[in-house]
Amino acid sequence: MTVATAAAVEIDGLTISYRRRGQALRVISDLSLTIRPGEAYGLVGESGCGKTTVAMAVMRYLPQNAVIESGAIRFAGDDLLGASPETLRRWRGNRMAMVYQDPGTALNPSIRVGHQIAEVYELHRGMKRREAMDAAGAMLETVQISDPARVLRRYPHELSGGQQQRVMFAMALATEPELLVLDEPTTGLDATVEAEVLDLVEQLREGFDAAILFVSHNLGVVSRVCERVGVLYAGRLVEQGPARELFTDPRHPYTLALLRCAPRLGMSKDADRLDPIPGSLPPLGATIAGCVFADRCPLARDACHEAQPPLVPVAGHHLTACLFPDEVPGIPHVAATGSVATSELGDALLDVGRLAKAYKLGGTELIAVAGVDLELRVGEVLGLVGESGSGKTSLARCIAGLVEPTEGSVRFDGQDVTVRAERRSREVRRRLQMVFQNPDNALNPRHTVRAILRRSLQLLAGVSGRDRQEKEMLELARSVRLEPRHLDVRPAALSGGLKQRVAIARSFSGKPALVLCDEPTSALDVSVQAAILNLLVDLQRDEGVSYIFISHDLAVVRYVADTIGVMYLGQLVDVGPAAAVFSLPHHPYTEALLSAIPTLDLDARPRIKLTGPIPSPIDPPTGCRFHTRCPRFLGDVCETQEPPWQEDSGGHRYRCHIAPAELAKAQAETAATTDR
Amino acid sequence: MSATTADGVRVARRERRRELYRAILRSRTFLVGAGVVGFWVLDALLWRVIVPQDPQAITASETLKAPSTAHWFGTDNVGRDVFSRVLAGAAAVLTVAPLATLLGVTGGIAVGLVAGYYRGIVDDVVSRLIDALLSFPLIIIAVLVLASLGRDTRNVILVIAVIFIPIVGRTVRSAVLVEREREYVAAARLRGERGPYIMVAEILPNITGPILVETTIRLGYAIFTAATLSFFGLGLQPPSPDWGLTIASQRAFLQVAWWTVVFPALALATLVVGVNLLADGLRQVVEE
Repeated sequence: MTVATAAAVEIDGLTISYRRRGQALRVISDLSLTIRPGEAYGLVGESGCGKTTVAMAVMRYLPQNAVIESGAIRFAGDDLLGASPETLRRWRGNRMAMVYQDPGTALNPSIRVGHQIAEVYELHRGMKRREAMDAAGAMLETVQISDPARVLRRYPHELSGGQQQRVMFAMALATEPELLVLDEPTTGLDATVEAEVLDLVEQLREGFDAAILFVSHNLGVVSRVCERVGVLYAGRLVEQGPARELFTDPRHPYTLALLRCAPRLGMSKDADRLDPIPGSLPPLGATIAGCVFADRCPLARDACHEAQPPLVPVAGHHLTACLFPDEVPGIPHVAATGSVATSELGDALLDVGRLAKAYKLGGTELIAVAGVDLELRVGEVLGLVGESGSGKTSLARCIAGLVEPTEGSVRFDGQDVTVRAERRSREVRRRLQMVFQNPDNALNPRHTVRAILRRSLQLLAGVSGRDRQEKEMLELARSVRLEPRHLDVRPAALSGGLKQRVAIARSFSGKPALVLCDEPTSALDVSVQAAILNLLVDLQRDEGVSYIFISHDLAVVRYVADTIGVMYLGQLVDVGPAAAVFSLPHHPYTEALLSAIPTLDLDARPRIKLTGPIPSPIDPPTGCRFHTRCPRFLGDVCETQEPPWQEDSGGHRYRCHIAPAELAKAQAETAATTDR
Repeated sequence: MSATTADGVRVARRERRRELYRAILRSRTFLVGAGVVGFWVLDALLWRVIVPQDPQAITASETLKAPSTAHWFGTDNVGRDVFSRVLAGAAAVLTVAPLATLLGVTGGIAVGLVAGYYRGIVDDVVSRLIDALLSFPLIIIAVLVLASLGRDTRNVILVIAVIFIPIVGRTVRSAVLVEREREYVAAARLRGERGPYIMVAEILPNITGPILVETTIRLGYAIFTAATLSFFGLGLQPPSPDWGLTIASQRAFLQVAWWTVVFPALALATLVVGVNLLADGLRQVVEE
């Protein structure tokens, strides 16, 4: 049956369409790829490129309205598309398994974790319940869950996101499948947890001989795990090759653009400008005669628009669907590097003192922000980083006046504004605005862009009269590079990047002094993120505004911020000039966060591993809040005493019991010794 | 170039709206319901023209005659043509029910918006009032109110509307609770919008779907309630050809002349079922 030499998965000329309202929209066109047994293949691309469709097709989990128009998928040499439901049932969970993006919804919330794993053994290995439970416990140990016996008896909601994803891996690996499909398995997780899960995948690859199809939008993640990578654009494979080669010497303009548009750690707005990809993804189901990327490609010429270029080898196993692969490395950067240097910082603008915010949850209190002191000057960009639950959004909402702090004060322009936005003066509201994370949510879907901008001009800038409003609105739209044609539509007709431009324009309508940016690019694709970051940096420089810029992405924060604050469980633990916070010595948590970023720098890097989940803010640890996970844990002193602020000459402060000189030495040693 | 894209966007939007209509029109449930309701609405408007005989004309010699070619649905106890009375009876119900629904939904929207948007004490008070009102059997409230206020059509409309306010209010409130957490509401607060503006201009346009569905469901209940009240003699008074009233006054003759009761009852049933089908079809499309 199974041919020994057969590829684990062989996709041949696959074309898939979705039927929607009687129309067939093509999502995958003529896709061919093979994954050898034991190989990890990464499929990367932005949202809407069809990567999840491929993963679903390989599992034969495509939705009802998907039609496979042509092509074949062979699984270990056997025809997968023609397999009977009975055969598929035997294969799935037994010879092929999948791990999904959101473990919280993939696990059954009403069944104990142990039973869910044991069920796989009972179903596919014919084990009895007791035997299956033992096997489940052993498997939890394999996926490195601490205290497996206890976890077996837990319900999914009692586990952290990282633990849940480990349980998913345990279930997927239970039957030692030949193929493991991972669909964005780390996307919903925090950076330190993501790093743990990726470590796990790497380790599991040594113990299990499964072929892996790893689907992700994150190039860094893919480069860490996979040997070979395929880049998908608008349903077509545009480049494929060994991971290292692909990322160091891309030969398709799209791959190059993807690599260039994300800020790398260490890039700063003062020195570098990001390269956005012009234009946008072709709409779903568009029929394009030539190269799918030609409309956005700097190399495009007539030949590119005539026929889809075939996937041809550049060198060895490195394939590209570009007619001019030799010209790709020479593509110039879109924006000139080395833009104007730092803006001058002015007087104090914002002063947050001992700010705390507690939410009542039934009988208990969730302390989201636990005494934060902050200062911000005119023209300063403060970056706030931290994992989910660190309180950064709550802090921003208190400053914005969306919620009232439980304790502490917010002073803005020298006056006390520790009240809700409704009770602040019009002048304060005009000068203190916010840009939200998800533009879909932040723009009223029933209002046109014109109505949205006009209303905020009227209220914030006090512009009255139709003609004047219209004039100012066009001006405002132009400042965020929106075109007049974008004004008469509702947000749903705009792409994510354009929506965020509208939201940014709205917050800038009253010429603000401070704009709170709460993860303004995390709902966007990397190519769009670059354009939005460039816009925010330009606006900041031109208008001299200050930002509090919240993000979980350290490279992004490093890029835009002058000052960085790191938050952990409601407290600011590390704060100082951006460069200082990112260099030694810094708080052990900052150290861990930095080392958790999956980067494209493929060289060995030290990894600080955090153990255990993030403690609940309902019941934070005593002493230093980080002591339960700290890699530099000292002992009693950390458990019982609140750490003091340690300060160096450059204005960099962190909360830790370890003095700067000592910490710098220890951290330098770690960096030098723990080569992978 | 830019002009053509702008046109393209506008065309796309018109296209989407047309697709929504098309989806509604493709729903067989909706079409059947709309057909039935449409028939009765036309009848309510035009019955004076189409009735074969005067629905109030008493013919002493023709009492309780079985259906025949002269009287398709037979005659009642005083010799009136049942077919003509059924056709004429639609008008009463189709005046009372839509007006009551309109009033009830309007009131419910106001109550639901205020309770859902302001939360806190306002919400507590309004929600407890709603609970209290809903804990009574509704028909008993109606009977009591009509018995004390007087039994005219205006009071029937008011009573049904008042009963509907808490029911609609609850639906609206739960929709508002979801919407108020969305960030466009936060953005509106940050630019200094007042509560009423946020409720009406920001939130309301985004909850029209559930409101539309609730309205059609309420319409079905309004017809049903109006007929029940007439049956109890609390609505229209004889000699109105209203269906509920007819069923009540003729039910004594059910055993000897079933047609006097069955035809108005069937008419009522088709209308209620029609409205419900309409509501179902609409809900499926709105909820997709």
